[in-house]
Amino acid sequence: MTDASQNAGPMLAADGTPLKQSLARSLRRQKLRALMLIAPLLLFVIFSFIVPIASMLFRSVENSIVQETLPLTVEALQNWDEFSGETPDETVYDAFVRDMVVAVDNKTHTRLGSRLNYEETGMSSLFRRSGRKLGKLDPETDGPFKEQLIEIHEGWGEPQTWAVIKTHSPAVTNGYFLNAVDMRRTPEGAQSQPEDKQILIKLFGRTLFMSLIITGACILLAYPVSYLLATLPMRVSNMLMILVLLPFWTSLLVRTSAWKVMLQQQGVINETLVWLGLVADDARLVIINNQFGTIIAMTHILLPFMILPMYSVMQTIPPYYTRAAKSMGATNWTTFWRIYFPQSIPGIGAGSILVFILAIGYYITPEIVGGTKGVFISNRIAYHISSSLNWGLAAALGTILLAVVMLLYWCYDKIVGIDNVKLG
Amino acid sequence: MTDTNSDAAFVEFQRVQKSYDGENLVVKDLNLALPKGEFLTMLGPSGSGKTTCLMMLAGFETATHGEILLDGKPINNIPPHKRGIGMVFQNYALFPHMTVAENLSFPLEVRKLGKSEREEKVKRALDMVQMGAFGGRRPAQLSGGQQQRIALARALVFEPELVLMDEPLGALDKQLREHMQFEITRLAHELGITTVYVTHDQTEALTMSDRVAVFDDGRIQQLAPPDQLYEEPENSFVAQFIGENNTLEGVVKSIDGDTCLVQLDDGSEIDAVPINVHNPGERTKVSIRPERVEFNKDRLHADAHTLKATVKEFIYMGDVFRFRMSVAGNDEFIVKTRNAPDAVRLQPGQEIDIGWLAKDCRALDA
Repeated sequence: MTDASQNAGPMLAADGTPLKQSLARSLRRQKLRALMLIAPLLLFVIFSFIVPIASMLFRSVENSIVQETLPLTVEALQNWDEFSGETPDETVYDAFVRDMVVAVDNKTHTRLGSRLNYEETGMSSLFRRSGRKLGKLDPETDGPFKEQLIEIHEGWGEPQTWAVIKTHSPAVTNGYFLNAVDMRRTPEGAQSQPEDKQILIKLFGRTLFMSLIITGACILLAYPVSYLLATLPMRVSNMLMILVLLPFWTSLLVRTSAWKVMLQQQGVINETLVWLGLVADDARLVIINNQFGTIIAMTHILLPFMILPMYSVMQTIPPYYTRAAKSMGATNWTTFWRIYFPQSIPGIGAGSILVFILAIGYYITPEIVGGTKGVFISNRIAYHISSSLNWGLAAALGTILLAVVMLLYWCYDKIVGIDNVKLG
Repeated sequence: MTDTNSDAAFVEFQRVQKSYDGENLVVKDLNLALPKGEFLTMLGPSGSGKTTCLMMLAGFETATHGEILLDGKPINNIPPHKRGIGMVFQNYALFPHMTVAENLSFPLEVRKLGKSEREEKVKRALDMVQMGAFGGRRPAQLSGGQQQRIALARALVFEPELVLMDEPLGALDKQLREHMQFEITRLAHELGITTVYVTHDQTEALTMSDRVAVFDDGRIQQLAPPDQLYEEPENSFVAQFIGENNTLEGVVKSIDGDTCLVQLDDGSEIDAVPINVHNPGERTKVSIRPERVEFNKDRLHADAHTLKATVKEFIYMGDVFRFRMSVAGNDEFIVKTRNAPDAVRLQPGQEIDIGWLAKDCRALDA
């Protein structure tokens, strides 16, 4: 120690090299070996998880299809004033025909049609119907084209058609994000969707609201169970634990379908209530294909995710705290509320984060028992991915969902502190 | 201590029994009375029932049979929080989510004391354990010894008349433990509180207590002040458990009032005080403390018994010399002598005569 403080220079190893350097060298081998060990998993994660997610996120702003399919048209449209209320002049039509001949050859015009159809209904059929005739034109000899095009389909005579093409021509667009929050990109800038098309904000709100209710219901149901698990003798608590874990060993689909059997109008609950005379036969409870059904089924399915973190926290609260409090004169309730409960909060926090994040992205259960009123935003994402094929919008919705979850996580970290969370 | 009625039992166990499983008794027929202001230690190996007794007194366990009286009133049916007994736990049990001051304030809050009164009492209790500057800290920021003091202050802050301590010094290192032993006894006597202290550490029991109850197998084996316990053990368990002890086994030849003649298993005969042997022919264990054995011929009393001994080992311990000898067939016979200027260092292999006063040699149950 005294040697080091007396020498002004850096500490030297026995062979005269600086100590830091020789330490780094001796650690490098260890680090390399560690990296080799995790390499297979790391590569797997990068290629099967990180890359797809990144490309999906990129898709939410990517819009090169217009430029790639109609390069000349996009350029020619620069000089056209979309607010004039008049169709563009012959140069634009000429450029458009040249682009379309190539596009029809490559069969890319229908894809462009579908893309533009997300923004303006009718665009898809406009491109599809005009495609064949347009492809037969020869751009060098058959001009001028303005009249011919309007002849082929009157849509080409609408200034609105060209305005849509121009508005959505940039390679990077905020259009999908605007769509995701019930707005759209127009020549005049971002505007709200018409009332009857506003659905996504409502869905986001519903997803958050129902996830909160499900999380709350899980806390209420899981707390006493976890308390029992943590305080009962080992043998009994092991039995209980098996009951808690039992649902994990059953397929999610089976469990959800079981709820369908339970909750439907001719289902177990309704039949029992009618048989008991508590409910009239013609006034059976509607407890499925709505929000109520989704909440019940999802609370049941997510309950173990609340119980397990709570249990693991409660298990670490030693019984002598309770005894100490009682020896000091605290009643059972005071002991629970002032001593036990505050120490169990990290478990509630961990469980709530887990359940809430799982709930907000849940898909299968709302799909099966949610009907139309009980579906989540994830069901909409699935719809855009598999049915409407509007992947850009699906990606934008997914990105927003990710951002919301991260924002909530950040808030939680600020309020409760993430290092207070114990998952086991 | 100023109470004129201090001789009347303040805490009393009357024929208390406790069983957890309905088959075995953990506490068997316990009778114990302690007057106000006494510092009583329950000492015993683990599983001897001492902690169970403490928990029954605190109200966390119920007696299977018998009555526990506090200040003359039976408390079997009073829940723990209404007993008003202060308690210090083995692992301190300081509430981790509260500051030190909040911890101390808790028992006062549940008693619905006003804010200013609470603050004053908390301050006084913290000063009492010399922790006045630590009120704002969390328990996790304190050292073991400091946590110990806070736990003590918390048990005392609501001025209970009876304080129970369950191995409170078990987690501390030796030096700190000795210091805290002194602190606890000082506070207990200054405040005049009745203390029931549970430990398995005999040094702690001997140095701190007014009386010690030695537990084994669910019974009190002996209840006596520390000096009496060490010098006059009433049975071979207590003799073995408290301090270092030499045992020689043999048969009682004859009993004559305060002395008896014991024939050891190798044939030699010694005098002993009959403690719990009653008839000639009984087997007995004779107990002699290592420091009461003398081998210096000049110091041997005229009436002392002597036996042949072979030195097996010499252990230098600084303040004392410790010899292991073979005496009457017992190879583990220990003799201790003070490291005085004229002390003799016996060498292994040496054969000598050893002896002791007959009154230091007690014939106990076999």
